[in-house]
Amino acid sequence: MQAGVSAGSREAVLPVALKDSAISAVLTFLVLTPLVGLRATEDSGGPLILTYRFGLVLIFAAIVAVLRFVLHLTLWRPGRIKGARRNAALASLAEKAEPLAKPVFFAFAIAFPVLAILAAGDLGSSRYYIDLGIYIMTYVMLGWGLNIVVGLAGLLDLGYVAFYAVGAYAFALLSTSVPLNDFLDGHLGEGFWAAWAFWLCLPISGLLAGFWGLILGFPVLRLRGDYLAIVTLAFGEIIRLVLINWVDLTNGGAGISSIPAITFFGIPFTSGDDGFAALFGLPFNAMHRIIFLYFVILALAALTALATVRLRRMPVGRAWEALREDEIACRSLGINTTLTKLTAFSIGAMFGGFAGAFFAVRVRFVSPESFTFMESAVILAIVVLGGMGSQMGVAASAILLIGGMELLRNLTFLKDPWLLGADFDPTLYRMLIFGFAMVAVMVWRPRGLVSSRLATIFLKERKKVSGDLVKEGHG
Amino acid sequence: MDIFLQQLINGLTLGSIYGLIAIGYTMVFGIIGMVNFAHGDVFMVSSFIGLTCFLLLTTVLGITSVFLVLAIVLVVAMIFTGLVSWTIERLAYRPLRGSFRLAPMISAIGMSILLSNFVQVAQGPRNKSIPPLVTDVIVLIDRDGYQVTLAYKQLIIMAVTAVCLGIFWFVVQKTSLGRAQRACEQDRKMAALLGVNVDRTISLTFIIGAALAAVAGTMYLMNYGVVNFSDGFVPGVKAFTAAVLGGIGSLPGAVLGGLLIGLIETFWSAYFSIEYKDVAAFSILAITLIFMPQGLLGRPEVEKV
Repeated sequence: MQAGVSAGSREAVLPVALKDSAISAVLTFLVLTPLVGLRATEDSGGPLILTYRFGLVLIFAAIVAVLRFVLHLTLWRPGRIKGARRNAALASLAEKAEPLAKPVFFAFAIAFPVLAILAAGDLGSSRYYIDLGIYIMTYVMLGWGLNIVVGLAGLLDLGYVAFYAVGAYAFALLSTSVPLNDFLDGHLGEGFWAAWAFWLCLPISGLLAGFWGLILGFPVLRLRGDYLAIVTLAFGEIIRLVLINWVDLTNGGAGISSIPAITFFGIPFTSGDDGFAALFGLPFNAMHRIIFLYFVILALAALTALATVRLRRMPVGRAWEALREDEIACRSLGINTTLTKLTAFSIGAMFGGFAGAFFAVRVRFVSPESFTFMESAVILAIVVLGGMGSQMGVAASAILLIGGMELLRNLTFLKDPWLLGADFDPTLYRMLIFGFAMVAVMVWRPRGLVSSRLATIFLKERKKVSGDLVKEGHG
Repeated sequence: MDIFLQQLINGLTLGSIYGLIAIGYTMVFGIIGMVNFAHGDVFMVSSFIGLTCFLLLTTVLGITSVFLVLAIVLVVAMIFTGLVSWTIERLAYRPLRGSFRLAPMISAIGMSILLSNFVQVAQGPRNKSIPPLVTDVIVLIDRDGYQVTLAYKQLIIMAVTAVCLGIFWFVVQKTSLGRAQRACEQDRKMAALLGVNVDRTISLTFIIGAALAAVAGTMYLMNYGVVNFSDGFVPGVKAFTAAVLGGIGSLPGAVLGGLLIGLIETFWSAYFSIEYKDVAAFSILAITLIFMPQGLLGRPEVEKV
């Protein structure tokens, strides 16, 4: 009986699959024709002319048709038994690997500069890898900071970059402030502010960003989820527009340059006698500063991770997760929802501020260009793809997305005339892939890369909580 | 007084465009309770569809009658944008019904990024400008060298908006589709039990919203004569502001909100500072949501367990 049913459905699959792929091919063709098939091209200063790429549209339509046809015959096949056994084996493997993930990650992160130098051959040529490491680690930290707001407290924040900007500008403005410099140099010795600016401004930037989180969060946190998202987006844009237009304070779109470089706790990374290299008896190399920057961002990221882990065990952290699951139940149990949301919002903002100060000291130049909505979207994509609430998931997706984008930049072989031609620019596809990945993850794997986690609190033994058992995030 | 009148005309023109986009937000929100974040980019896509169709008609087919071109562009843009929006709903939103609370919103944000960057890749990152189509103006007042003018294109925008809103009002109020839509808005499960095809109604809602956005997109292209892949974001947020200001879920509210936002923006630019006009719109969004979340014409939201 069972066999008969499946045999019958197998025969019915083919016409259905054919019909569906034909329809999707036609639809793809229709949707893409006005946008891809016809291209409004600039004709050397003259009016726009049309160029045609119907071949490309046909290729896309064919790909969609074949893909859907294959999917109909395999994954979407009616009566298909899902590969439960393989999934179980994979799950048990993942379960064994999971407690190891964090130590392995941090061990690798600490050893990374050494590995990069070994791989590159010498100190100077490892610059690219270490810069990339700093870049990725900045996004890991931002992801972990936003994870507190989105993943733990379930507040969709589309303006996270505003706090990143507040941190960066706080440091940039304070460290380049002439009266402050004169005052401190006069009282504490020449060159004091240049040497200590970052270390003194780092906590100030974080606190300022957290304070802004409080101010902006207080009125809006009563709103329901998607309203909150839009209002945070509006705040993010307002802050950016103010940074552009308040020229007296921020120098407008030109940005603030000549921000003092990072020092080794007061010792500058210069070639002079009082520089880092001379004091430690090393030959001078500009890479010392870069490697130190890497360790600073690693320490900041580790701080974020540690603080999150500790906070989750405290009542406030549990209240965040409870709030994410059911706000009304929380309120009826006597949790002050506004206060709880506010703490999550401003603590997340504070870590964004730390990352912002780090950004300013690394690039030594800030301008409103760096703090657009797209930046917020990238950070959000990292958190969403990693699995909201899961720290290792967020770290993995930051490495995957940011590292992957860097890989994309290096795919120069695609410019081969036989493949896509010389004017193909892989970096243009960066945000396209980000957007697609966000949609795809929501449709196929809404829990993100890491879809289960250990419970924070437990009765007798620590059990795994599958993502399917909870409503919002993890556990 | 003359400046005031001129700004009033400009504001109403801009407001018509915002109002048309805002209807798409408010309808989708009313029926499935989600903020369709990608709607602003659907508007931008419709502008590009209008652009390629315009070029096809004028440079390839050589049609010279402006009104014929405009009419064809309008219809083509509406059809194709509706198709795009239907596809988006089908691929990115429908599978998420019944998923967790933030899922549709995140998917919509992804879709918005995807659409704008797709257009950037497909059509290039530079501004696309077309020659002005309708250049005639009516001089209403001419005093001391300051002219208050009503351009024909502004007149066309207001007239087309009014006609489209009339048709739209008829569809929602008088047809069975409109009844199904209103039923789904009140109670989706009950409507399904009574034989309303809920999925189909939701799809049609997306199509209608996109078609109105396409009207706005074509009018935008005609009015400014230039379009860019990133043009969806700010008008999208402003139209959402309009929907919220008018009371989200309320169709007359969306139009009223659109007109108000258009007027506020032009008056703010004329009398205060043009640099901060977007700040003004975004602040209105925040202020409305914080102090008056039900908007001007909306119903207060009741939280149910």
